[in-house]
Amino acid sequence: MNKLYIFLKYFFIVVWTVFVVAPFLWALTTSFKDFQSVNGGVTYIPWVDFEPNLEGWKVLIKSPAKGGVDIVEPYFNSLFVTCTASLISIILGTLSAYALSRYTFKAGFVKNNDITFFFISQRIMPPIVLSIPFFLFLSSINLLDSLTGLIVVYIVLLMPIAVWIMVDFFNKVPREIDETALIDGCNPYQAFLKVVLPNSIPGLIVAGMFCIIFGWIDFFFAFILTFTEVQLLPVKIVALNSSVTPWWSLSASALVSVAPLIIVAFIVERYLSKGNLSGAIK
Amino acid sequence: MDLVANNLSYKPSDQYHLNEVSFNFKEGNLYTILGRTLSGKTTLLKTIAGLLTPDSGEIEFDGKNFLKIPVWERNVAMVYQQFINYPHLNVFENIAFPLKQRKIDQSVINEKVMDALKSVGLLGYENRKIQELSGGQQQRVSLARSLVKNAKILLLDEPLVNLDYKLREQLREEFKNLFSKGLADETILIYSTTDPRETMELNGEVIVLDEGKVLQVGPAKEIFENPNSLKVAEISNDPPMNIIEAKISDNHISFEGIDVEAPQHLSKLTEDGLKIGLRSSDIELNENGHEFEVELAEISGSETLLHLKRGNTKIIVSIEEVLNFKINDKVKINFKIDRAYAFHADGKLASSPFGGLNG
Repeated sequence: MNKLYIFLKYFFIVVWTVFVVAPFLWALTTSFKDFQSVNGGVTYIPWVDFEPNLEGWKVLIKSPAKGGVDIVEPYFNSLFVTCTASLISIILGTLSAYALSRYTFKAGFVKNNDITFFFISQRIMPPIVLSIPFFLFLSSINLLDSLTGLIVVYIVLLMPIAVWIMVDFFNKVPREIDETALIDGCNPYQAFLKVVLPNSIPGLIVAGMFCIIFGWIDFFFAFILTFTEVQLLPVKIVALNSSVTPWWSLSASALVSVAPLIIVAFIVERYLSKGNLSGAIK
Repeated sequence: MDLVANNLSYKPSDQYHLNEVSFNFKEGNLYTILGRTLSGKTTLLKTIAGLLTPDSGEIEFDGKNFLKIPVWERNVAMVYQQFINYPHLNVFENIAFPLKQRKIDQSVINEKVMDALKSVGLLGYENRKIQELSGGQQQRVSLARSLVKNAKILLLDEPLVNLDYKLREQLREEFKNLFSKGLADETILIYSTTDPRETMELNGEVIVLDEGKVLQVGPAKEIFENPNSLKVAEISNDPPMNIIEAKISDNHISFEGIDVEAPQHLSKLTEDGLKIGLRSSDIELNENGHEFEVELAEISGSETLLHLKRGNTKIIVSIEEVLNFKINDKVKINFKIDRAYAFHADGKLASSPFGGLNG
């Protein structure tokens, strides 16, 4: 029974790993191929099956004048916009979530739960509905086709995620911990910073991950709200496509665009298991 | 430095959590708030701590309006019934937290924390994580954190209720020692509990609270001997005092066909609707007694609790030994009727064997 369990466990892990890793391996090998080796049947192993070359990667950094599609600037634009918008969303979202979790708000029939739902309802709307108002709004304040404009829009899109996750998290942090901090001489701000926040790291990380992922992969708003001055990575990658699909450079760009998410996931993973709240209340 | 409250009321919904509560607590004394769950004990303690603002009423401490002082400046300490500690800090840092908050010199902090650890018996645990401690140890840490502050008001909200029986006994003993050891000289200790036995053992001034209302105030012994009403008699006894509807006439108490001679302190009462109160420990098994039917027999520790029935009268008898009974068994019992209480129809005490009122 026990051996069977172990066997099944590892069997499942292996199958799942292959399932997850295979596309990456496929993209990796394809990125070193050219037109002939892509279309010359199924091949996997470089030097044996096909002759690798760096053309697919070089296109990504060559300037358009030399026949390339320069994704370096859009890449850093995307990094900057995503990180800034996520950071601001997390800060504002965490503060709002704490207030929604700990204080009672009432304006007519609107109560805490309604406010929390209002935040998340922003994500329920199809993006296309928001695109025209956003476009008009940004154009009226002269922020179309600018990094600042994109950051503003992304904060609007990402903050609800942060609020939603953190409200749920704070609701699980016993109020008595805040109260004890107050009794021990903290004012409400100190109680939040010194006691509640250090115990909320797992929640912050989850919220941060979601913000970064949703910000990083957004194509729609980046496409609608920018033209020539500023471009973000997803839009630029689409621009790679032409009459002959360049599988090699598409694969290469796919790999560089998931790289930040993979790195973040590896850094963050260890914190997720740490710092749970057991021991706060028994 | 007295803690004085006047007519505190708090009614967040349609039920009173506090209903016109007034008290006058003096420094150096232990006050026990006795009440069932949801009687407003925690609300009262939180109001004193400043975590809740009452709808009306006043609290004064040392002559100053306490309600105008925010929690973090009140210098109170509180131990919760849940074991509340800061999970991101180790034992030492947890206890040092309130001192660090006051920006006290690190060497002084070290000394005080070590003293506190010693007094709760946790020396050697200072680098442990909170999560690695048992429930009892966690509660000791939060006790140490509240002791280290030298707070003028120490609030203990059912601190032992979540511990197992043995630890509870042990910690209660340690509490008593701590309370008597000088700590109490300039501190107002307020201890809330649902447990009458705990109340009697702590032997302080007792405030009986029910549905947010103060029912009776007095020394533990007084509350036990002369509960001023049926409700207090129920709350201050575990199992609750048996209440029997009986008639007294011609020096005889009669109910369910049983007729016993009334003791002197009950003999003058003749009114209708009298209720006789008798503690479960004041009833004993006796071959020549009155016959009752067993409804349920539970064994708790070295004690047997017998739930008995005769006609419409149900009583609980506690016997200081482990006995086996079957449901529907017939047993014979005797009442120590000279220990009986009598209550008027409205629930007020009519007479007690310890000299209350008519006795």
